[in-house]
Amino acid sequence: MSSSPGHDVILKLEDISKVYAGTVAVKHANFEVRKGAVNVLVGENGAGKSTLMKIIAGVEQPTAGRILLDGNEVSFSSSGDAVSRGIGMVFQELNLFGNLSVAENIFATRELTNAFRKIDHREQERRAAGFLEQLEAGIRPDMLVEDLRIGQQQLVEIAKAVSLDARILIMDEPTSALSAAEVEILFKVIADLKARGVAIVYISHRLEELIRIGDYITVLRDGRITGQEEMKNVDTQWIVRQMIGSDAKDFAKADGHRPGAEVFRTEEICLPRVTGGLAVDHVSLSLRAGEILGIYGLMGAGRSELFDCIMGRHGQASGRIFIDGRQVKERDTARRIQRGLALIPEDRQREGLVSILSVASNLTMASLSRFVSLFHIRGGAERQAVTQMVRELSIKVADPAQEVSSLSGGNQQKVVIGKALLTGPKVLLMDEPSRGIDVGAKADVFRTMRKLSRDGLGILFATSDLDEVMALSDRIAVMSNGKLTGMFERAEATEAAIVAASALGHGPVHGEQRR
Amino acid sequence: MTDIPAKAAAPSASGGSVLLTLMKLRTFIALIAVLVFFSIAAPNFLSAANLILMAKHVALNAFLAMGMTFVIITGGIDLSVGSIVGLCGMVAGYLVLNGIDLQIGYTVYFNVVEIALITLGIGILIGAVNGLLITRLNVAPFIATLGTLYVARGLALLSSDGRTFPNLAGKPELGTTGFGYLGAGKLLGLPVSIWILVVVALGAAYLARYTPLGRHIFAVGGNERAARISGVRVNMVKMFVYMFSGFCAAIVGLIISSELMASHPATGESFELNAIAAAVLGGTSMSGGRGTIGGTIVGAFVIGILSDGLVMMGVSSFWQMVIKGLVIIVAVVVDQAQRRLQSRVTLLQMAKAG
Repeated sequence: MSSSPGHDVILKLEDISKVYAGTVAVKHANFEVRKGAVNVLVGENGAGKSTLMKIIAGVEQPTAGRILLDGNEVSFSSSGDAVSRGIGMVFQELNLFGNLSVAENIFATRELTNAFRKIDHREQERRAAGFLEQLEAGIRPDMLVEDLRIGQQQLVEIAKAVSLDARILIMDEPTSALSAAEVEILFKVIADLKARGVAIVYISHRLEELIRIGDYITVLRDGRITGQEEMKNVDTQWIVRQMIGSDAKDFAKADGHRPGAEVFRTEEICLPRVTGGLAVDHVSLSLRAGEILGIYGLMGAGRSELFDCIMGRHGQASGRIFIDGRQVKERDTARRIQRGLALIPEDRQREGLVSILSVASNLTMASLSRFVSLFHIRGGAERQAVTQMVRELSIKVADPAQEVSSLSGGNQQKVVIGKALLTGPKVLLMDEPSRGIDVGAKADVFRTMRKLSRDGLGILFATSDLDEVMALSDRIAVMSNGKLTGMFERAEATEAAIVAASALGHGPVHGEQRR
Repeated sequence: MTDIPAKAAAPSASGGSVLLTLMKLRTFIALIAVLVFFSIAAPNFLSAANLILMAKHVALNAFLAMGMTFVIITGGIDLSVGSIVGLCGMVAGYLVLNGIDLQIGYTVYFNVVEIALITLGIGILIGAVNGLLITRLNVAPFIATLGTLYVARGLALLSSDGRTFPNLAGKPELGTTGFGYLGAGKLLGLPVSIWILVVVALGAAYLARYTPLGRHIFAVGGNERAARISGVRVNMVKMFVYMFSGFCAAIVGLIISSELMASHPATGESFELNAIAAAVLGGTSMSGGRGTIGGTIVGAFVIGILSDGLVMMGVSSFWQMVIKGLVIIVAVVVDQAQRRLQSRVTLLQMAKAG
């Protein structure tokens, strides 16, 4: 890696590894952070970016390896530890207290107090106002955080990190919920911080953004660092190559079977947002048997919310859905599953699995009625179904009685898929089915999707991965801001058209694209 | 249980797994420990009469603890069971003595079976109220059942103006005799209440293991969101566990009134705490998703034998409370240690597997 003068290395990670139960998130990573520069970190979902940053911020401790700060080895036992050494972080998931005011959030854990240890609210609000003004956000410091838009909350998070006066500032997808104008302001703040010699670590999926503001770039793939360069030496293609690698993703090939008749249709699905407006905005689409319809969209585009509406998880949703041309009038999830809908949720841990139960119990949880005579679960029938599903999906598990939490991410995902399949669905909704699982399991999941569609299942799958949606879908729908903004046949879809449709309603993307 | 087959585990892991097995059996070991200790320390402890008497004491707590176990597995808590015991006892006593005055010059008297059914119905009804508060009105289980704790106790006191209903022998000409059978009757040499316990416990254990409802109880407690998305009718499951808890409490109310042949409105005060203690001692996790009926019964026996044994040894009741508290705390500490050891062993196995 070529080094340029003036940008000293302030923090260095040497041979860092991090192992969680079931997965290795980071493998032997070496990473340098330079002063007065924007150090970009990029990689696909689940590549290990966030884990690496949590290690720097002291939230997670590395399983192996060394951290050098200013050339001295350090170890952070908590995030407070890292903060005291001048490392601040803007988290991807917002770490704010909704029930406290903006000023209280900014000064949380380091409250300004007077001589009697009483919090000096006036001083806190005065200083908070200063930081917020820098961000031109129009947020009053005495407002409750839960009353703010998500984008504004993200700005508060940024203000909080800036207020730390950190030497190293980590930003994990800081723009994911910001409008174009807000992004511009953020970039101004970043330039300002850079000029003051702050080292910034910047994580984002948006390549144009990275190329525009980055000075150095590091690419992660499957927990390994695959490239490290100065930004001026690289272009988009280089980044994509490093991200995806030569062993490009193993998308199972289309087998050319023809989709059948319409199996599923939604009409005018709407879901009001708590903060006003619509999270899902009059979405109507139709799906044929044996068809894979990919729904592409950025974070917050309303894909997951659409699936939630279809499954009947939101009482306040409106619109109509039809299976095999007959309207589904049932409003609760249980009866919609009986009608032939099944969802594989995005968040495996929170919504997909009961992690303390066994693999077998998880697999049959949604379909127990199939194995019941009168009220008795026939153990034999259940075991047989479990064994068959384990074999069909090649779930790697020694004994189905094992707790599901002991499996790797990919195998856990297969359990969630198996659970949905055992209900005998006609329509399968898959929300980010490849999120956080390794390459081999991804290939298995994609192969399974192909096979299911061949067997006549209609599959709706949501993803924010462009390659995935291009490779797997028979048709591609694009969502942005809750609306359906594009619908392409596989043959006529281009990446440019899809990306353009996914940005509709967000204002134009700034910055020239270097190629 | 002593010898593990040679091929079962590598030498390094086997130390961990023996310890793990011991920890898993801790409630059982504790039960044997208290039995052995008291049979040495307290004379007459092992006599058949004493064992049967203790079993009758334990049965009362065991009923409540079973109901409590299901509730806790779903991630809830039921503080109202003690009051339901009191109220149901009063309902039964009132019906035996007074019947129901129809306000038109007639009074309807029920026979004992009908009285028992009505009383059980009242217990289930209060459980249903708990369930409705929790599922429909989104009241936290702790608060909802705290509320019914006071309401039910108040109603029990109101029913007699705070007095005891004495002498529930009933009158032959009204057909209300025989109420004492539940508390004093015997079947094949064992008290009726023990038989009822056996039946209800087997039923509950069967329900937990072999029925969809039982599975769903665990699923709701393990991850309510995932259960809902999987089509589990979460609200129905919750309704059931609170109604079952109320049912168990009503049984206890009936048995106590029958044993004493009198109903006292303060009966059952702080019973809910003993029930929680037995469930926790039996390995039920307060965070939901884990627990077994068998473990809870053993837990109830440990607590019951401990207090009866200490009484026989003449230990002051103040010390009994201290000891009971310590036992519960130790049980939970061991439980946590077991979880940690378990996850370490699992990680080791996974690391070895690759």
